[in-house]
Amino acid sequence: MTTAAKPGTTSHALVVVNGAGVRYREGGRVLGALKEIGVKVPTLCYDERVGPVGTCRMCLVEVEVDGRKQTVASCTAFQQPGMKVATHTPELREYRQTLLELLLSETPSPNECPKCQSFATCEFHSAVNEYRARWDRFPRLRTRQKAADPNPFIQRDYDFCIACYRCTNICNDWEMASAITVQGRGQDSRIHTFFNNMLLESPCTFCGQCVNTCPTGALTDRKIVGKTDAKKVTRTKTICPYCGVGCGIHLLTQDGKLMGSEPDFSAPSRGSLCVKGQFGSWEFVRSEDRLKYPLIRRGGKNGTLERASWDEALDLVASRFKEIIARDGPDAITCWCSARCTNESNYLLQKFTRIALGTNNVDNCSRT
Amino acid sequence: MSNSIEELAGVRFLLVAGSNTTETHPVIALRMKRAVRNGAGLVVIDPRKIELTRFASRHLQLRVGTDIAVLNAMAHVIIKERLYNAEFVKNRTEGFEALARHVELYTPEYAAEVSGLKAEDIAATAREYAAASPKAAICYTVGITEHSCGTHNVQAIANLAMLCGNFGQPNSGVNPLRGQNNVQGTGDMGAIPTDLPGYQKLEKPEVRAKFEKAWGVTLPRRRGVTKITAIDQMLRGKMKAVYIMGENTVVSDPNATHVEHALKKVDFLVVQDIFLTETARIADVVLPGAAFAETEGTFANSERRVQRVRKAVEPPGEAMADWQIILELFKRMGHPQKATEPKEIWKEAASLAPILSGITYERLDKEGGLQWPCPTPDHPGTVYLHTDEFSTGQPGFFAPVDHIPPAEEPDPEYPLVLTTGRRRVTYHTGTQTSRASGFELLVPHEWAEINPHDAEGVGIEDGERIVVASRRGRVEVPAKVTDRSPRGVVFMSFAFPELTHTNVLTNDAFDFITETPEFKACAVKIEKLAAPAAD
Repeated sequence: MTTAAKPGTTSHALVVVNGAGVRYREGGRVLGALKEIGVKVPTLCYDERVGPVGTCRMCLVEVEVDGRKQTVASCTAFQQPGMKVATHTPELREYRQTLLELLLSETPSPNECPKCQSFATCEFHSAVNEYRARWDRFPRLRTRQKAADPNPFIQRDYDFCIACYRCTNICNDWEMASAITVQGRGQDSRIHTFFNNMLLESPCTFCGQCVNTCPTGALTDRKIVGKTDAKKVTRTKTICPYCGVGCGIHLLTQDGKLMGSEPDFSAPSRGSLCVKGQFGSWEFVRSEDRLKYPLIRRGGKNGTLERASWDEALDLVASRFKEIIARDGPDAITCWCSARCTNESNYLLQKFTRIALGTNNVDNCSRT
Repeated sequence: MSNSIEELAGVRFLLVAGSNTTETHPVIALRMKRAVRNGAGLVVIDPRKIELTRFASRHLQLRVGTDIAVLNAMAHVIIKERLYNAEFVKNRTEGFEALARHVELYTPEYAAEVSGLKAEDIAATAREYAAASPKAAICYTVGITEHSCGTHNVQAIANLAMLCGNFGQPNSGVNPLRGQNNVQGTGDMGAIPTDLPGYQKLEKPEVRAKFEKAWGVTLPRRRGVTKITAIDQMLRGKMKAVYIMGENTVVSDPNATHVEHALKKVDFLVVQDIFLTETARIADVVLPGAAFAETEGTFANSERRVQRVRKAVEPPGEAMADWQIILELFKRMGHPQKATEPKEIWKEAASLAPILSGITYERLDKEGGLQWPCPTPDHPGTVYLHTDEFSTGQPGFFAPVDHIPPAEEPDPEYPLVLTTGRRRVTYHTGTQTSRASGFELLVPHEWAEINPHDAEGVGIEDGERIVVASRRGRVEVPAKVTDRSPRGVVFMSFAFPELTHTNVLTNDAFDFITETPEFKACAVKIEKLAAPAAD
């Protein structure tokens, strides 16, 4: 996205990140400049949809303006023309390592993380690996405890919660469902529904945004967790099969079997989904009641549908169509395309209707 | 949509008419809520107290089917108080004088009488819409189109947008939110009796010549029929065979008993689907298709964005992708096709449809989705339409339209209005959502949502199983007594056909221009379930 510099600012102004120049953007955050040239710092409390919160302090960088040095959170601090930014000094590395070790002291071993095991290494543990943070550096602190919530969608294992508040922020500020909130302060802070009810009794719509933004294994998709092996899962980028919004999803497969779905954050839907796309987009595909072979009604109109070979079924369709065209003319046949099928299939069916059958009797379900 | 989903977050004023957006398009509703958070005004026009009204600055809770009266009255206020965009009207439109004369009679007071609203609320909405223009958007869904006056409803909306210059600008426009993953694409691909791919009119000789050359055939000249007409022709014995791909018509269409009767009457019914749906069960031949996860291809979303669909798994058993099945039929009908892979099929379609010509699989893989019109390989796609002129090339025409009540209005025998719709958790006829585990905990079965006043009148309690009956049929269903439904209105979805086949109640009256049925209004009565006779 390019924005012209506003009057009063020179369009040549730069922000210098680790010695490399990035064009200064008025009103832009330091993190934006980092992203622009692909410099990564851990951002455990940051979700671009909600904006900066600045609580995890992991994205701290050293900035220098007019010779004055300062350490700031890059997600909240604004760019300034000529600002120099250092992101990975030995001090900053050590600082991040210590912060991660403090977080580790209040969470179970990374080896037990459900997200890392079933999906992919979570953001928190990716940072832990990157900064070689030690799990046993500090004495263990009390953890936050699982929530006994038997809903079939969201596993709430707050042992792994690092109090980043991305879940409550996305729920309240983006989804605006206001299903969960933070209770208590500091070490005692907990994620709760109002009155500490089960999610099923709360305003939760099960859009799954909290699960998808959570940087740890505290919130996971219960339909998938424990059933997949992160090392064997493959992802296929595609589109949700429900409404006309066309949200991006990834289908998760393992050993050729469909195991679940995740949102696609690179799609225009920016990772958002509703309950259908989040928790309902794949089970129907592997349902036992799928049609697996062609069926032909035998024994006249009152007969029963019985298994047939493709050749028999297709030959029958073609011969009946030819017979009806010969007897009643092509306009005695109509084909209905489907809003559930791909463009390619619909293109072919309307073409088939027009050139193979010879009629313009082709319609679709957009009227109903 | 004339504009794009993301743009909705930046509007100054949003009018949402006949769209239960938080339930039917939850991810679009996120942008609406964002707009409100950013300070935009939101007015919801809907007979029901839908969830979105919680975020609205005003809820115009009108009587079912009175939209035109309200929209015309808004035009009345905007013209009378000279709040319209005179420059846009002069440069880009035709028929202003006629519209001005036409809406003269639609005073807010008259509209208030018809719709049950307050005149000052209608006038205030008009002023707010005009004041926020050209950053005022209108969104609608099938609450506007599924009426026998559906086309006129849309024209009344377009009139407002043209009056205030809300076309060809970011964060504005007229935005129908499409209901299904590829309903936009189905039209784009020419699955319409009158149109070839890319909305090119079959009646134009140059269009026909182009396709005849490309396809190497003479195209049929006779006008094709829509679904509604085809169903009628089946009953009259004129339509002999039907090939249905991926649609559960028996459940989804109005006056279901009548539809089922029609489909049973044809000589030959072919249904291609992924499940043995209610419709497949009455077919002569059932062809097993592949689901979205089992094929390569593209879908076009509500904002005209073509996006890639990719194959993750193989179809079960002997099931084949829809395009593969059709290719086999082409062969057997003596028309083998050259394009035999989705990528090639897309290339052929795009080469014939100028609005899609610049879109290739390679670009989609690299750039993500592309919004049509995208005529050339270096075209970035179109975020919003009608920038310098309307895409028709003609000036925008103000259509003077009149309020027409629904085809079937309540009477002493059937005193309530049934309006059907969707719920967030259940989708259409339920073939997909009924197979998603856990969803039964969220919405276990159909509910007839009834206003407490109406329930009390018949002595119905919340949760009680009742009968809802229309002139066409009757269903049993648990009642949900709620003020989401206004007095006189019953709301139901149609996602649980095995237990409650809602569309046996609905009316197959339809809009004469588009032949879209009037799902949103028919007359019904509610009754207590007859107690089993005591012995």
